Amino acid sequence: MGSIVIKGLGKAYKQYPNRWSRLAEWMLPLGGPRHKLKWVISDISFALAAGDAVGIIGINGAGKSTLLKLITGTTAPTAGSVAISGRVSALLELGMGFHPDFTGRQNAYMAGQLIGLAVEEITHLMPQIEAFADIGDYIDQPVRVYSSGMQMRLAFSVATVRRPDVLIVDEALSVGDAFFQHKSFERIREFRKLGTTLLIVSHDRAAIQSICDRAILLDGGRVAREGSPEQVMDFYNALLGERDSGKVEQVVTDEGRVATTSGTGEASVTRITLENAKGEAIEVANVGAFVTLCVEVKVNRPVARLVLGYMIKDRLGQQMYGTNTHHMDNPLVNLKAGDEAQFRFSFPLNLGAGSYSVTTALTSSETHLADNYEWRDLAFLFIVTNMNRKQFVGCSWLEPTVEIIR
Amino acid sequence: MRTPAVLAGVWKYRGFIMGSVQREFQSKYRNSLLGAAWTILNPLAMIVVYTVIFANVMGSRMAGHSAGFAYSIHLCAGLLTWGLFAEITSRGQNVFLENANLIKKLNFPRICLPIIVVLNALINFGIIFGLFIAFLLVTGQFPGWVFAAVVPVLLAQIVFAIGLGMVLGVLNVFFRDVGQFFGILLQFWFWFTPIVYVTDVLPPAIRNSLVWNPMAAVVTAHQGIILDARAPLWSSLAPVCVLGLLFCVLGMRLFRKRSGEMVDEL
Repeated sequence: MGSIVIKGLGKAYKQYPNRWSRLAEWMLPLGGPRHKLKWVISDISFALAAGDAVGIIGINGAGKSTLLKLITGTTAPTAGSVAISGRVSALLELGMGFHPDFTGRQNAYMAGQLIGLAVEEITHLMPQIEAFADIGDYIDQPVRVYSSGMQMRLAFSVATVRRPDVLIVDEALSVGDAFFQHKSFERIREFRKLGTTLLIVSHDRAAIQSICDRAILLDGGRVAREGSPEQVMDFYNALLGERDSGKVEQVVTDEGRVATTSGTGEASVTRITLENAKGEAIEVANVGAFVTLCVEVKVNRPVARLVLGYMIKDRLGQQMYGTNTHHMDNPLVNLKAGDEAQFRFSFPLNLGAGSYSVTTALTSSETHLADNYEWRDLAFLFIVTNMNRKQFVGCSWLEPTVEIIR
Repeated sequence: MRTPAVLAGVWKYRGFIMGSVQREFQSKYRNSLLGAAWTILNPLAMIVVYTVIFANVMGSRMAGHSAGFAYSIHLCAGLLTWGLFAEITSRGQNVFLENANLIKKLNFPRICLPIIVVLNALINFGIIFGLFIAFLLVTGQFPGWVFAAVVPVLLAQIVFAIGLGMVLGVLNVFFRDVGQFFGILLQFWFWFTPIVYVTDVLPPAIRNSLVWNPMAAVVTAHQGIILDARAPLWSSLAPVCVLGLLFCVLGMRLFRKRSGEMVDEL
């Protein structure tokens, strides 16, 4: 229960040159087809075993929503097949097709019946649905007066009131407020533990990395990358900066992680070191130690403005801290080919114990989406250990003092 | 999908169908003060208007009927049954468009939607027709046992309306002109059917052309049964039966062939 097998899946929409040609095609069966097929998704194959959690990412128009619609059976495929077992609950395009004139309660009943619950069951589960959606008296108001967040809360609440074998969520969770997002992620995690297969579309890197054990990148209706969330997200990120020149390199590091490098190459990072307070290069540092991150940069072609950014990520690729010289009001200007520079960022290493990576970016402004000279994921690795601090958990070191009043 | 699979799907989703029928009926009058009374007030107003204008102001009387209610009964027998036909077809032609929101987001047997439309139309018709029967009983105009003949006539008419509604419903998704066109056609069709007037007042040439109108036979049959206690000429209903079955087969074939493509067009 809960497996999904997709083989050679493709979807094409019919495009007619004008309004009359469809009529002509229907009326004159001997005239042959008069439409062109516009493929939005083609040749997609992958499989999810029961209990897998897979995130689907890609730019707008990459075919993510179409893929989910094909998987849920809302749209019929043009080629290939989808086999899915068990009870499926899906939240497509932010909702469950609520009727604006019916009340939230009526819509909850309708949606519940459509996902295969009987009226008595829904009546029985209604208090839970109301409690989770947490929209108060609005439950008896027509849905047209709801905010999009409230609709989402209700839809999510109905779709997950019973644990489905397969849960499919399309961008849905980005709508709710932070509190509801936490609550719904908590529920999704709980379902995962109990064996629900999960398929989510999201632009939220943290969400995909913390929930999914695999990610699939769609580009132009095809699978561009499939692998660990960190690797695929890095590739996706590089792809965003590289939409024009298209040079993205991924190398497997010694420990089997994948380092992604991309960019147009006007400048590049030649060396990265981490120094302790005495100026010695280190790879292991104590929690809270004062360190300096040295990044050496070489300019290959003249650039008018150069910004260096760095990001520290944890083992799962979650962002710990990142900034750049644009935000620090220190960009370099009018550089010639052959110029070199050393950037020294000094800071107390207030991170928890664990292994961390450094990503660097050479750009012209605060984002790598405009000019991406070089983007280097996993450019440097270091380890933080707790040598002499008090025992604590977590990835930040926020040591408190305590005062107890009694 | 084959027909048994379609039926199995409908049975599985019966809860949704019944629930939707109930919700639609409730929500129609949800924010009105008079509530369900409007179901009755609307056709009642129309009947009063026609009765007053045609029977009294224009002084037209039913030939061979002395009773004052004769024209009203003639009118109701036609108007109410036409209303059922018009509701099924015109709601049927929009059913997929109106529910696009649902169709695009959830996977369920689409055939449930026209069924909901038909059931709702039948409920509305049941209420108003029940009142009409009560009126006949109270005024002593009830035709007696021959009234049972209304049932097969209604059945033929409903099958015809469902078939036509299905065909229009599917076509309207792909060619939106169909909906506009049928709206106009329905108005002409209404006046080409002897509902407000009596067939006898028509010039012979037009009267003869009424055989091409399947609804004319249906409405005339209802009027004959209810006003004159006369069983219908069954052979006159053959065209509507044949057409009805034809449209149903065509509608189902269209629906099965195009339901996948339909989602892409909504």
